[in-house]
Amino acid sequence: MTTLLEAQSVSMTVGGAKLVDAVSLQVDAGEMVAIVGPNGAGKSTLLRMLSGDLRPSRGAIRLRQRDLHAWGPRELAQHRAMLSQHINVTFPFTVEEIVSMGAGESPRAVTRALVAAALDEVGLSHFRSRQLPTLSGGEQQRAHFARVLVQLACGEALHGPGLLLLDEPTSSLDLRHQIDLVETARRRAQRGTAVIAILHDLNLAMRFADRILLLHRGRLAVDGDRAAAMQADTLRKIFEIDVTIQYTGAGVPFLLPQTMRPASQAT
Amino acid sequence: MSVMAERRAGAKQRRAGMSLRPAATLTLLCLLAALAGTALVALTVGAAGIPLARLPAALGLWADGAANPLLARDQLVVWSIRIPRIAAAAMVGGLLAVSGAIMQGLFRNPLADPALVGVSSGGAFAAAAAIVFTDSHLGESLRFLQHQLLPIAAFAGSLVTTIVLYGIASRGGRTAIAIFLLAGLAIAAIANAGIGLLVFVADDRQLRDITFWMLGSLSGATWAKLSALAPVLAAALIACLSIARGLDVLVLGEAEAFHSGVDVERLKRISIVLVSAMTGVAVSVCGVVGFVGIVVPHLLRLVIGPAHRLLLPASALLGAILLVGADTVARTIVAPAEMPIGILTAAIGAPFFLAMLLRQRGLVSL
Repeated sequence: MTTLLEAQSVSMTVGGAKLVDAVSLQVDAGEMVAIVGPNGAGKSTLLRMLSGDLRPSRGAIRLRQRDLHAWGPRELAQHRAMLSQHINVTFPFTVEEIVSMGAGESPRAVTRALVAAALDEVGLSHFRSRQLPTLSGGEQQRAHFARVLVQLACGEALHGPGLLLLDEPTSSLDLRHQIDLVETARRRAQRGTAVIAILHDLNLAMRFADRILLLHRGRLAVDGDRAAAMQADTLRKIFEIDVTIQYTGAGVPFLLPQTMRPASQAT
Repeated sequence: MSVMAERRAGAKQRRAGMSLRPAATLTLLCLLAALAGTALVALTVGAAGIPLARLPAALGLWADGAANPLLARDQLVVWSIRIPRIAAAAMVGGLLAVSGAIMQGLFRNPLADPALVGVSSGGAFAAAAAIVFTDSHLGESLRFLQHQLLPIAAFAGSLVTTIVLYGIASRGGRTAIAIFLLAGLAIAAIANAGIGLLVFVADDRQLRDITFWMLGSLSGATWAKLSALAPVLAAALIACLSIARGLDVLVLGEAEAFHSGVDVERLKRISIVLVSAMTGVAVSVCGVVGFVGIVVPHLLRLVIGPAHRLLLPASALLGAILLVGADTVARTIVAPAEMPIGILTAAIGAPFFLAMLLRQRGLVSL
């Protein structure tokens, strides 16, 4: 496996508060990694540093063995695509125009098929001519995911497997589209893309990710497979909630959150 | 499908938020034809009316058989007064509309306009300061520099205002719309206070010049001023096309635009310089003319969509049409006197702006 992304002891300090504290990680091509953790654990900050958007206060991040900040924006965009949270489009661009933005300056004749395929993949082909601001929050999120897929495909056509970063991509989606989106990302990973996604739904993370990064107060508490992450004691401590872990017929663990207090006191 | 049925289907799609947009070439050709028509009307009306039949002779295209006793006068009016004025109106209108469209793209906000948020006032203040300063300090021997100095001063004033505005209103890559508009008002107030101070210390002749900047007028258009306008407009339009895609992607927000491969800092720098240069040069020719930059791009987005590659050149054309039309009205409505064009565009533009605010009230929280 080739290592695509490497972070060495990365920290982010803002106004004396350590949002991310000495996190080291390595992500290979073809891997699907989920970042989980409670609110304020530093997940989004970490992902924004991995995308090159934020410069770490300390530590180094390398993409394909090259310092992340040595890349120009256009070049970087051909190797990593990122979907942010809360994108608010104020002008009446159509869904198709938004998705085409992922193609950068590639010629339209080449990208038209990619755009159509991405729209199809997120189930928005019938909305291609709709103005994005008129769509629901979940539909807009899927449109932006399609845009990011187009960007990834354009980059991978030039340079081979890329990096796909997703910041809570399922936050506005219904159950079916959550599964659809994560499965789409999973298919990219099978084709060699390195995927890193922040997921709030631990069960979704356990089911689809090869590896779980559990963040707690800016530190990497767990970096391992689902067996390593699915420890009731650890989860209880980090999420400050009682949990029960059960297993599906296929042996996939799933988690049932309980009340905060032990059952005997909870009346 | 019959034409009527097609049209009904189109209206239905529009209601459902679908977009049916005319082709780019067709849009630009229609606007170009409309501009030619407006300019033709503007050539014929005014304090000295020149009927359409006399126009070709006056332009020197061909001489009609009958000797026209007014030919010399017609030629003078057309070549020395009307053509420079119409050309200046068209270019200023284009500059104002395009700078409005760029500013709206930069701030991701359809309510941004250089005149509304004090950029024009900053330019006008610097120009007024240049008038007073050059008069009292440069002395008679260097008075000739004034004409060269004014556009540069207006540009510098606009540039400083835009940078200050961006610094105040944009934090961490996000622009707070309320802060942006309020900061713009405050900056405009400061610039206007500065202009007031200059009015206070100015002598009679300077006062006349300064009043001209504040109300806006194209009556001072000359071929010499056109020669300063034309290269800026041409350069700005070419530069605009190079930032068109960046401005499109910027609608996603600065972080997401960066993720998509846009050099956001560079884009912002180019946009700010363009807006300041275009506004500054427009102000130096005709003073503060408001609302063209808001009305024109907004109307166009409704019809051709928000993609800047078409929006920017189309804004230049529609801005030109609007200002040539407005200037024609301004110089005929109270003929032989002239109404300052800034008053006219504000009278049309301000209610339009209010209507946009009311429409937005339900949709977007300011």
